[in-house]
Amino acid sequence: MIKGAAAEKANKKVVVLSSAGVVLMFAFAVFVMPPLYDLFCEITGIGDKSVEQYEQATVNSIDESRTVKVKFITNNAATMPWDFEPKVYEVVVHPGEQAEMSYFARNRTPRNMVAQAIPEIRPVTANKYFHKTECFCFNQQPLEAGAEADMKLVFIVDRDLPEAVDTITLSYSLFDVTDRFPNEFALLN
Amino acid sequence: MAHGPAKGIGRWIFTTNHKDIGTLYLWFSFAMFILGGTFAMIIRAELFEPGMQLIQPEFFNQMTTMHGLVMVFGAIMPAFVGLANWMIPMQIGAPDMALPRMNNLSFWLLPPAFLLLASTLFMEAGAPNFGWTFYAPLSTTYAPDTVNYFIFGVHIMGASSIMGSINIIATVLNLRAPGMTLMKMPLFVWTWLITAFLLIAVMPVLAGAVTMMLMDINFGTSFFDAAGGGDPVLFQHIFWFFGHPEVYIIILPAFGVISEIIPTFSRKPLFGYSSMVYATASIAFLSFVVWAHHMFTVGMPVNGELYFMYATMLIAVPTAAKVFNWITTMFKGAITFETPMLFSIAFVFLFTIGGFTGLMLAIAAADIQYHDSYFVVAHFHYVMVAGAVFSMTAAVYYWLPKWCGRMYNEAMGKTHFWISFIAFNVTFFPQHFLGLAGMPRRYADYALQFSDWNMVSSIGAFVYGLSQILFLYNVIATITVGKKTSDDKTWEGAHGLEWTVATPAPYHTFSTPPDVK
Repeated sequence: MIKGAAAEKANKKVVVLSSAGVVLMFAFAVFVMPPLYDLFCEITGIGDKSVEQYEQATVNSIDESRTVKVKFITNNAATMPWDFEPKVYEVVVHPGEQAEMSYFARNRTPRNMVAQAIPEIRPVTANKYFHKTECFCFNQQPLEAGAEADMKLVFIVDRDLPEAVDTITLSYSLFDVTDRFPNEFALLN
Repeated sequence: MAHGPAKGIGRWIFTTNHKDIGTLYLWFSFAMFILGGTFAMIIRAELFEPGMQLIQPEFFNQMTTMHGLVMVFGAIMPAFVGLANWMIPMQIGAPDMALPRMNNLSFWLLPPAFLLLASTLFMEAGAPNFGWTFYAPLSTTYAPDTVNYFIFGVHIMGASSIMGSINIIATVLNLRAPGMTLMKMPLFVWTWLITAFLLIAVMPVLAGAVTMMLMDINFGTSFFDAAGGGDPVLFQHIFWFFGHPEVYIIILPAFGVISEIIPTFSRKPLFGYSSMVYATASIAFLSFVVWAHHMFTVGMPVNGELYFMYATMLIAVPTAAKVFNWITTMFKGAITFETPMLFSIAFVFLFTIGGFTGLMLAIAAADIQYHDSYFVVAHFHYVMVAGAVFSMTAAVYYWLPKWCGRMYNEAMGKTHFWISFIAFNVTFFPQHFLGLAGMPRRYADYALQFSDWNMVSSIGAFVYGLSQILFLYNVIATITVGKKTSDDKTWEGAHGLEWTVATPAPYHTFSTPPDVK
């Protein structure tokens, strides 16, 4: 048993160290876990949310010896009332070949809205081999009330795509982000 | 300088005495136990028959949520903190907790926290309705406006827990009597020391999770919102990174209590003391690396599932060591079956059943079937009720004579035990069948084929709930008119410093530290 001033010092030490631990764990949860999780997703390819443009480093020759089927599916997030669907539901491409397709979107509501599409790729092993060189998902999509639009997607399936993958499914979920971008329409005009 | 307690209500509001604060914690947690139990009774009444009879589905969701939150954070956790307040200084020969004023604050933060939470029941938007695990986006995008009350309640409650833990660590590390080395400490003290470290590690993570929710809801961030580049699955990872250690925070002090009671009534020292300490520490360590076994169905890489499956099963090893140690302690002991011992033996038996169903749930492939079914509900009530609540009840019967100098009514205690034991099993054992047959949890209604077992389960629940009134009556009767006892050692086979002080325990004990050999 520690007594007197020594006890006070020992107690203070416990309080200071524990409080430091508390602050550290809070910071870990808020500032470390989210980026760590994103990193984990990127490495494993689950829920890779990368909506960054692919820059072709070298001219990619087309591998005509094999074909890959790319399927397109779309989902609306629960509160999203737009019509949103791919113009074609699947295409067959050669790895290395640049392909182009588009999605149809219509804002059925009587108000101007802004949407954001979030991509998801299955199987997850195909994630890093599916390159978007041009995509509507790189930006938000503003549509005025009743307006419709064709939204373009240009992509290349990498030549290094593992042999085992012969079908890639690209899914887009469309979210209503009007509240997040109140200035979108001001910028358009 | 020894003086008694202050007079009037001020005694309780301003007290810095560990026994007073322990008493406050215990009564508060019992009040929460009754409140959470009332919610459970409403749930079981609605599920008595298929179809909607008594309440609306929206209210049913509020009941399941509030039942879980109140029981975990309001009843079980404060109950063990109260027990720690009462017993740790007396078991290590300390005059009080190391930081008595903070001790007062950490208790008095709890009533406002739970007032905030309970007040939502009377608001137009209704109480939180997203389950006690409050998964995003249910608890963010689709939450009722009252979610902010819930968030602040969790923050305050978390601050209280953290302060309580710091206090326990300081007390155990700095205030042990001369000669009381760490490896001579009673196991209840050991389990609480380890629990306190767990709390300090994970309560801030819970605070972080609700803070991120708060930001998402009110300040336009998107930690958990896919529309803004976040991910709801991240919430589940963060929640269970807190949530899995949390279940050990609840059960480790229970292990400690059982490790005190079984040797007393077996009249043998605890078998394998040091292995108990190491097992507790291993369980605490492993609890940080198994969290995703709660999320096998979110779509994890198969290697991830395998890792979390094997790591989870590994916890069975130190846990089994504990169970074997308790059984070995009883082996060839001169056992008597007083009420605390009955609850403790029931604990060992029923907690082990809960452990085995936990192992079944740990099998990633099988969990896809069990996930979110009543099998899970049965599993965690075997460890939460027959584990934590039974051990808490055992502790109250065990130490109550020391606390108030009066003996409880043994016949009434045994009646309470047998009704509780039978009714508990009638309530929860059939829920295994319901879950395996495919009944999902958290629904206000169910298909006809689940009717019979639900009715059985509801009847068991009503009996179990009512039998707790008997417990309350027994405790109050003991405190007020119970048979006086002044034996320092209430129990023949009891060992430990708490049994060397007078009965009832004086307001101040160990003002001069005892010498521990």
